[in-house]
Amino acid sequence: MALLKLKFNQKKRVKLAQGLWLMNWFSVFAGIVVFSMGLFLKIELRKRSDVMDNAESHFVPNSLILVGILACAFNAFAGKICYDSLDPAKFVKWKPLVKVYLLSCSFFIIFIFFVALFCFLLRGSLESTLAQGLKSGMKFYRDTDTPGRCFMKKTIDLLQMEFKCCGNNGFRDWFEIQWISNRYLDFSSKEVKDRIKSNVDGRYLVDGVPFSCCNPSSPRPCIQYQVSNNSAHYSYDFQTEELNLWNRGCREALLKYYGGIMSSMGVFVLFVWLFELSIMIGLRLLHTSLESIANPEDPECESEGWVLEKSLKDTFKSTLENLKSMGKFNQVDASAEGAEGEGAKTQAVTTVS
Amino acid sequence: MAVLKVKFTKTKRDKLAQILWILNWVSVVSGAILFSLGLFLKIEIRKRSEVMAKGDVNSVPNMLISVGVIACIINFLGGKICYDCTDINKFNRWKMVMLPYIVCTFCFTFCILVGGIMCYTMRNELEESLYLGLRDAIKFYKDTDIPGRCFLKKTIDALQIRFQCCGNNGFRDWFEVQWVSVRYLDMASRDVLDRLKSNVDGKFLVDGVPFSCCNPNSPRPCIQYQLTNNSAHYNYDFLTEELNIWIKGCREALLDYYTDIMRSIGITVLIIWCFELSVLTGVRYLQTAMSNVLLLGDPQSDSEGWLLENSFVETAKYNISVIKNLGKANQISSVSGINDPNMNVQTVNYGQETVPTKSIPTT
Repeated sequence: MALLKLKFNQKKRVKLAQGLWLMNWFSVFAGIVVFSMGLFLKIELRKRSDVMDNAESHFVPNSLILVGILACAFNAFAGKICYDSLDPAKFVKWKPLVKVYLLSCSFFIIFIFFVALFCFLLRGSLESTLAQGLKSGMKFYRDTDTPGRCFMKKTIDLLQMEFKCCGNNGFRDWFEIQWISNRYLDFSSKEVKDRIKSNVDGRYLVDGVPFSCCNPSSPRPCIQYQVSNNSAHYSYDFQTEELNLWNRGCREALLKYYGGIMSSMGVFVLFVWLFELSIMIGLRLLHTSLESIANPEDPECESEGWVLEKSLKDTFKSTLENLKSMGKFNQVDASAEGAEGEGAKTQAVTTVS
Repeated sequence: MAVLKVKFTKTKRDKLAQILWILNWVSVVSGAILFSLGLFLKIEIRKRSEVMAKGDVNSVPNMLISVGVIACIINFLGGKICYDCTDINKFNRWKMVMLPYIVCTFCFTFCILVGGIMCYTMRNELEESLYLGLRDAIKFYKDTDIPGRCFLKKTIDALQIRFQCCGNNGFRDWFEVQWVSVRYLDMASRDVLDRLKSNVDGKFLVDGVPFSCCNPNSPRPCIQYQLTNNSAHYNYDFLTEELNIWIKGCREALLDYYTDIMRSIGITVLIIWCFELSVLTGVRYLQTAMSNVLLLGDPQSDSEGWLLENSFVETAKYNISVIKNLGKANQISSVSGINDPNMNVQTVNYGQETVPTKSIPTT
């Protein structure tokens, strides 16, 4: 029994074709929006490429760009088909293409669904990318006179100010790296020498943070150095002080920012997916209803349209059989090959004699 | 002789009316744009009101807002008039309104020009307002525990970060004010006491700046304290160091920001003024052409339209005499009957006045 069988008269077919034509043009617009979103995300990721470890994070924007382009192409084409469906004579030229189009459309819809899922699922990959990138970025913060790294300090400072964050996981990350260049350290100073000697790797570590970690909401002037030393500052308790520096790490801040963008995009792509699915179902109904017209000479007559000719189970079985037969067709029969071989030999001998 | 006299056919008059109808609707949109620009400028000024002294800085946005609203009303009415001008019968009801409408529109167009010019002349009062406002704000930077001033520190810090500036005229302004609250000063410390005693007003002054003055472009970690003391920092020269902190003062930065906004708004307003002027000219032509059609009595006939019925000099003289007469009319004459506007009214003889009355039917 056919799945979702519906009866159509001329008026209903025309209405369906017009509705689908309109929906297809809406989908073209949606495709442009998806393309723009992908481009926006790509630019946003490119902006912060200095604090990202590798290029795998560009999978989502690239997929969105591809979905956008394909949606425009597919739906513009479908729009033309639907427009021509109003006239059965014009529809004849599209008849052989519609089945192929619907098949490719179903693959495209599956692709859209996976892209929407990736928008939600690739958070983990982005997190590790950011963790590694920020770690490297902070490590090279001091290298302002090393070519290729000279803008790292500015990048990190601007990042911390814009996203109101400090360090990778928090401000304590700055205590574990040397973020002051040797160029600005007085090696004749006893304090500097002692600090370098007290460290295994010979690094100049301080319990201080760059100025960009300072929080303007703090009622007191910013304490950047000797952050963990209560006695170094009047009326100060390192444990309870919450407003002096940004408490949030930049990884969390950036992850929240990109996560928010990608979640919004994921929701939109899911809506596009539902819309595309409804268009495909509509187009399938239109195609079958036009094919099942009993008398092609009389376009006014009633016809039936369906999504699947048989039930889901039967369709699945027949598809499997088709695939199997395709597999068999590609195999070479061993017995036939043997017989063929003998015949050839005999013939060859005969020819020689 | 009439100024800029043009001959109009019926088709030309209709076409002019239609074009003016469209232009009036475009002017309604431009009025909305003026209103939006005024509102935007008002919001931008309100945003930074904490660093501005109370002054007439709101005169420009208020002018733009009111001009925008009036533009919408006037041009909406103008559109209705122009739409009705295609029909001579409908025009009759607007005939009396047309001249006052044109006079009002002329005055209003002049107001737009004034608004446009004000956008360029506002710079000085804005500078004064910013100078005084920033001076007070910097003075109260430390008062984070005084109600009404507790957010000034955050405001100034955010301002310096956003506009990449430091102090009022420059970073040295911070050396002249106590910007560290007494609440965070250890009065038992010898250094603090010495610093307070060395100052006439008993203020704690340091050659340091808040963190928000730091420039991220600097290759070295930011130096905030002992800025003028070269020996306090390694490999540092206070006079040649340009990237450590922002050199530009916030007054200059904010002034540049607002000047750019107002210059853009000014150009837009002047373009709208030119547009309104062209609409006004068109409406004047339409009014005179339609009035002449009414005088001729044939709606299909050609008519002449002009901007001024007489030359500029004569029109000016006539207007002055009208104003003088208005002044005289408001005076009360000492001799009764003299200059009475109701005396010696000339009447026109329209022929037989005795019209036979109809007979009243008897019951």
